[in-house]
Amino acid sequence: MSAKRQFRIWRGDETGGDLQDYMVEVNEGEVVLDVIHRLQATDAPDLACRWNCKAGKCGSCSMEINGKPRLSCMTRMSTFGDDETVTVTPLRTFPVIRDLVTDVSFNYEKARETPAFAPPPDVAPGDYRMQQVDVERSQEFRKCIECFLCQNVCHVIRDHEENKQAFSGPRYFIRAAELDMHPLDTRTDRKEYAQAEQGLGFCNITKCCTEVCPEHIKITDNGIIPMKERVVDRRYDPLVWLGSKIFRRGETPQTSVTTARQGSATPSSATRSGIHSHAGAPTTRGPRRRRRAASTGIGRCPTRPRRRSTTGAGFR
Amino acid sequence: MTTTTRIERHHYDVVVIGAGGAGLRAAIEARLAGKKTAIISKSLFGKAHTVMAEGGAAAAMGNVNSRDNWQVHFRDTMRGGKFLNNFRMAELHAKESPQRIWELETYGALFDRTKDGKISQRNFGGHEYPRLAHVGDRTGLELIRTLQQKIVSLQQEDHREHGSYDARIKVFSETTITELLLDGDRVAGAFGYYRESGEFILFEAPAVVLATGGVGRSYKVTSNSWEYTGDGHALALRAGATLINMEFLQFHPTGMVWPPSVKGILVTESVRGDGGVLKNSEGKRFMFDYVPDVFRNQYAETEEEADRWYTDPDNNRRPPELLPRDEVARAINSEVKAGRGSPAGGVFLDIASRRSADEIRRRLPSMYHQFKELADVDITAEPMEVGPTCHYVMGGVEVDPDSGAAFGHVRGLFAAGEVSGGMHGSNRLGGNSLSDLLVFGKRAGGHAASYADGLAARPKVAVDAVEAAVETALAPLQRDTGESPYTLQQDLQAVMGDLVGIIRREGELADALVRLAELRERVAKVSAVGGRRYNPGWHLALDLRNMLVVSECTAKAALERQESRGGHTREDYPAMEPKWRQVNLVCALDGDTVQLTRKPLPKMRPELIGLFDRAELAKYLTDEELADFDALVADAGEADNR
Repeated sequence: MSAKRQFRIWRGDETGGDLQDYMVEVNEGEVVLDVIHRLQATDAPDLACRWNCKAGKCGSCSMEINGKPRLSCMTRMSTFGDDETVTVTPLRTFPVIRDLVTDVSFNYEKARETPAFAPPPDVAPGDYRMQQVDVERSQEFRKCIECFLCQNVCHVIRDHEENKQAFSGPRYFIRAAELDMHPLDTRTDRKEYAQAEQGLGFCNITKCCTEVCPEHIKITDNGIIPMKERVVDRRYDPLVWLGSKIFRRGETPQTSVTTARQGSATPSSATRSGIHSHAGAPTTRGPRRRRRAASTGIGRCPTRPRRRSTTGAGFR
Repeated sequence: MTTTTRIERHHYDVVVIGAGGAGLRAAIEARLAGKKTAIISKSLFGKAHTVMAEGGAAAAMGNVNSRDNWQVHFRDTMRGGKFLNNFRMAELHAKESPQRIWELETYGALFDRTKDGKISQRNFGGHEYPRLAHVGDRTGLELIRTLQQKIVSLQQEDHREHGSYDARIKVFSETTITELLLDGDRVAGAFGYYRESGEFILFEAPAVVLATGGVGRSYKVTSNSWEYTGDGHALALRAGATLINMEFLQFHPTGMVWPPSVKGILVTESVRGDGGVLKNSEGKRFMFDYVPDVFRNQYAETEEEADRWYTDPDNNRRPPELLPRDEVARAINSEVKAGRGSPAGGVFLDIASRRSADEIRRRLPSMYHQFKELADVDITAEPMEVGPTCHYVMGGVEVDPDSGAAFGHVRGLFAAGEVSGGMHGSNRLGGNSLSDLLVFGKRAGGHAASYADGLAARPKVAVDAVEAAVETALAPLQRDTGESPYTLQQDLQAVMGDLVGIIRREGELADALVRLAELRERVAKVSAVGGRRYNPGWHLALDLRNMLVVSECTAKAALERQESRGGHTREDYPAMEPKWRQVNLVCALDGDTVQLTRKPLPKMRPELIGLFDRAELAKYLTDEELADFDALVADAGEADNR
């Protein structure tokens, strides 16, 4: 049941690189990561690639396979046509270290900035009481394996290095949501914090993060939208109220959005421009940008390549 | 060459090698004790093997069955380990697990709940009562994420106080330690490299906690990740510490067997805990044929009784599918050998016919997805095919049970979690690993901190030792005449899988030692192509040395122990021998050679051995030990009468 298959794998580092062709044996039932391991054991012993559990549980082996952000351990070879070339490139949103390995420290920095669980001071260990129905909402978000595919695919930072400072990304919005919905967390400003410090307002709900989540967490519907809605609820604002009557819900103008670092209002219309378009905004990372133009096609949404560039398109 | 090599130097009070459950818990404790603490993570932070643990963490909280308590947990653990456990570790573990689990809730963990809002507990093999705190079938992920987030919260405190997140606790991610450095017999530091850059890093620290996990990558069919190359075991040996129980490897009975590329990936024991049953190709629930005498009284004899147990555990005995893992793995092995296996060479694990599709998806979501996505099997509609996979090493660093301090000729070295030995005896019960990590992680971290406090002067790192470490690390890159590390790993896996596997024989074990000696020569000459930046071939070349020495320990101890017990099955010595229960096999390194010595097991304290029935003890103890036990009981009786 084995056959030779054509692979194109990006090899290089931060100074540049290109796609290299490999013919490699593929056996029944194998996943892309198996093929990469075979390449390491044969033609490319120093091919850099992260992996750990090989069972979709640790979120280490994230990469872009034929332009789509995937876990390589969960991408079966049988999902490709027999003659289809499989092109494997590193996550695009993060700087390349080498080959398929990127510098994902951005995510760990954002994690450190997100305020931790605040336990109730008067409840002793062992006395915590919570109902299953109340923990389930947060548990959905705690399924997150930190593969960072949602971060990688998020339009706000995928082609906008300049947004990274003010924007934490979907992974940390659901962390905030998880704590917000935690029955015993004592902080009451999770939503406001997400809006003011994490850049929640930048998100225009295209749902690309939800689509790539290997854990099938409903990041947008269950995490981001409730956080946005309740921010609106709490900050009663006649303009928001009027807007919600006039616009469809998802297009509620987020005029109150500010980020502490920018210190100025960031109207949603401004953040939207060029966000879902993936339209190849110039960046400082020349070598990577050039090769991606050749490989996966700049200007395409990796999850929905043919989708028209719109605002809030995924939100009904 | 070495003189021009750049080495980044750091000073810490406590260096924790390993960022799984044990390492993170140790680091939290050291930091809470005020020590400047480094965490060395071979992978990214939060990816350690702990995430693979599925079923739960065993702790006698008594939330589901109020009869549970530490004494019952202690008994189950000793039985599971066939009484070879270090009794003191089993005692501490049983007593302290509940506190360690409750503490996780104060860090933000969200376990599944009982109706009255407490932490829910599930049934598992070898545990008399429902005991495993769990979150669906992703408990390990919850545990590691919780500890990771607790460390972040400590860093946030430090940021507020000192202006830097890294002021008192820092994670060095994708960093591998290749050598421990000594000053005489004292730990002085640790040397390693950053995976990303290939640059070297030197930690000067008086106390090191090993929490590096296990050794499974020496086997082809394994549930373990690339990190599991026995690093901590080997570092300890080379530093003068000793290993015990290295012959005992746990082959988890249920790994995936199809498709071939996923062979070995774990199928959680929760499938059986939640009602799943094992069947052979004839459709028979074969486990009823494999209940050993020592467990006869605790397990059901008919399917009807076994099925009633799920709803009425007080009046029925447990299904034999929930025997300890060693028993189930051997049974599956025998069925396949007898020609009653599944098409892919395993047996069938059926939950589809036993529970509703909704319930399966709710209680076993990861398993549902794993089979759907990797094998195209809908576990709510058809049975899974499963077979044994190398999962866990019971053996490890011989430690003081209370402090985790390593025995042997080294001071300042501590070990916790899978890398330590003794706690689980010859076989670990499912669920006892996650609780072990927490209990002994905390202890090792705390004792490492007090050890560092108690030192009058800091041990010094010797320059020549660092130069030697650099040279050893660079050697594979500087040779182009040796073999590929990948070939060598495959050959090592073949030796261990074929000759030191689940069923062992004297001739094969002797053969394995010859082959390992040949491999040693080849590994010493291994070549890695490419440069120093994120070069997996080079890193494997460095790991091979550790895998090899640990494999030698396993093969030697397996040859020496002429009996079958727990995770060590000798076809030529199929019975369990009470004489052997009194013996620990201790491995030490003499130069490059593994030396094996016999050491008597510590004797259980009277009030602990008194927790067992004489009839049960009679299955494990020698006649002399039983006479001692009888004398003890008689004394106690007299004391009562006085």
